[in-house]
Amino acid sequence: MDILAHVPILVVGIPLLGAFATPLIGRAGARARNWFAIFILLLTTALAIALAVSVYQSGPRVYVLGGQSFGFTLPSGYFFPIRIILEVDGMSAFFALIIAVTTLLGAIYSTAFIAGHSGLEKYYALLLLLAAGMFGMVVTGDAFNFFVFLEITSIAATGLVAFRTGRAESSEAAFKMMVLYNIGGLFVLLAVAILYGQYGALNFAYLARLIEYSLLDVIALALFVLALALKAGAVPMHMWVPDAYPAAPAPITMVMVANTQIGLYGLYRICFTLYGLKLTPALVGWIVIILGLASIFIGVSMAVIQRDLKRLIAYSGIAQIGYMLLGVGVGLAVLGTPALNSYGLMAMKGGIFHIINHAFYEGLLFLAAGAISYRTGTRNLDELGGLAHNMRWTAIFFIIGGAAIAGLPPFNGFASKLIIYESVFKFNPILAVIALLASILTLAIYTRAFQSAFVGPQLPAYKDVREAPASMMFPMGVLAILTVLFGLFPDLVVKYLVTPAAQALVNQAQYIEAILGAGLGVK
Amino acid sequence: MEVLRTGSGFWSALVWAATALGSFLIIWLFSRAFESGYKKGTDQTDPFLSGNPPAPGQRVTASHIYWGFVEALKGYYQPLVRAHSGIVNDYLAWAVLVGAIIFALLGGLMR
Repeated sequence: MDILAHVPILVVGIPLLGAFATPLIGRAGARARNWFAIFILLLTTALAIALAVSVYQSGPRVYVLGGQSFGFTLPSGYFFPIRIILEVDGMSAFFALIIAVTTLLGAIYSTAFIAGHSGLEKYYALLLLLAAGMFGMVVTGDAFNFFVFLEITSIAATGLVAFRTGRAESSEAAFKMMVLYNIGGLFVLLAVAILYGQYGALNFAYLARLIEYSLLDVIALALFVLALALKAGAVPMHMWVPDAYPAAPAPITMVMVANTQIGLYGLYRICFTLYGLKLTPALVGWIVIILGLASIFIGVSMAVIQRDLKRLIAYSGIAQIGYMLLGVGVGLAVLGTPALNSYGLMAMKGGIFHIINHAFYEGLLFLAAGAISYRTGTRNLDELGGLAHNMRWTAIFFIIGGAAIAGLPPFNGFASKLIIYESVFKFNPILAVIALLASILTLAIYTRAFQSAFVGPQLPAYKDVREAPASMMFPMGVLAILTVLFGLFPDLVVKYLVTPAAQALVNQAQYIEAILGAGLGVK
Repeated sequence: MEVLRTGSGFWSALVWAATALGSFLIIWLFSRAFESGYKKGTDQTDPFLSGNPPAPGQRVTASHIYWGFVEALKGYYQPLVRAHSGIVNDYLAWAVLVGAIIFALLGGLMR
């Protein structure tokens, strides 16, 4: 049996089965449980890499569940898909890599960070469940499955935020998140029901061919945009983010960044693949741009006044989500016009490149903040100071993350922001100027954060503070290396990872053909 | 060597790094001729707190930094902070408001 032929389902199935097996493995001891979770995510990462290589070399991969053959999308005598079909294109593969890296590093970091808590088999089970849900969202080609996986991520993420039940902030943040995620999930379900009621189909590719942009389709689109922008934490629906991120354990906060980005994936998939040119691209593009601009502006503004380190990073992360919305929003606004090739596609590449960069540097910053709170017991910047004396590597990692998020060369954040600035400037110079000013403010924010936490004389309270354990330093080291390498060789990242993802979004026909053109029963 | 094409220009981090390294090298060479003004253990190594003598244990914390910036923009920050009430009902109200705007824009302008 060719195992690689089944990779699309294995990236979902292995962490899912791993999640259910974790409580059983946990009976054999903490070490066995930890290594099991890491092994499952290592295996999933290897599969995600294999999947990405296959997609980048041969185009979209299709996998049919319960069919006569795994590539047989249309049963004989039918001209529309009736089974659950997974479809992995460049965009799906791009996100699968992000999910794989963040969840694996999160599991490794967790071994020391969360040790000592009770109920850890549930923690790792939820982490694997979250990974399965995120992988499911990006590989499914079915609208209802998309909703199901969205709910899986919501349940798992809420459970993980609430995991440290001894802290009031965890329960409160998880409750708020649960309410908002449920509302968002119901919006998605309603949108899917509207489309199913109209067309009697759930497959994205088939729906994309049928969709007419009737009033009902417009209502479904509005529901999708609202729900997925809420999951992505776009302003003004961002308020759960600064509550949930600090309340979650640091490795979970890093995974939550990827989980938030899956909201962007959904938004892009719906706008570009499902509706494509049938929507009014300029209007929807401007809605996305305005959400992005508001996120940039409000995100950095609020970050300036934060004293809680993780809350500060969370707010600046909201601003970074704004850059991703801005870049891809410009691409959407000029979809179907000559400007797409002139600068629209480049703006999309900038926005998509920023997604992977953000996952790495924001993850690094949260892990560094986690190392600080792990050793000092506080995240309050007013109480911290002089930590660079004892936590030199953490200080270096924080500088790398801070410089990258502020867009300083030669780190990865600079490369993606440069593409966004230049291409957005051609669309509307004012948008580019606002984005640029926000970056300067981000630099000011991280200068303050670094000065407050690491610089200055050694404080008596932290005289005996040591570096975090090796299992926490290793994931930070990996993310720091990726942040630097992606900054030094951005051309390679754009060429091999970002461009296929951007092309997959604008090439709606290829996505449709992979399903409707691959079956023998096409009429 | 491959460079990143940005649509309007190009970017090479390696060229930038080499240029930065060269610049630092030149500055370092010049700096050898500078007067060494740093005197460890003297007043010049203490933080300058608007001319006030530093009290024992006094230091610049996060709340002190950008105080003037936030104070000058009080009119902007006060409503912004008030909007972030921490109450989940308010969070939902914002989502409903944005939903209404998106419905109005898409529904109204498609006709």
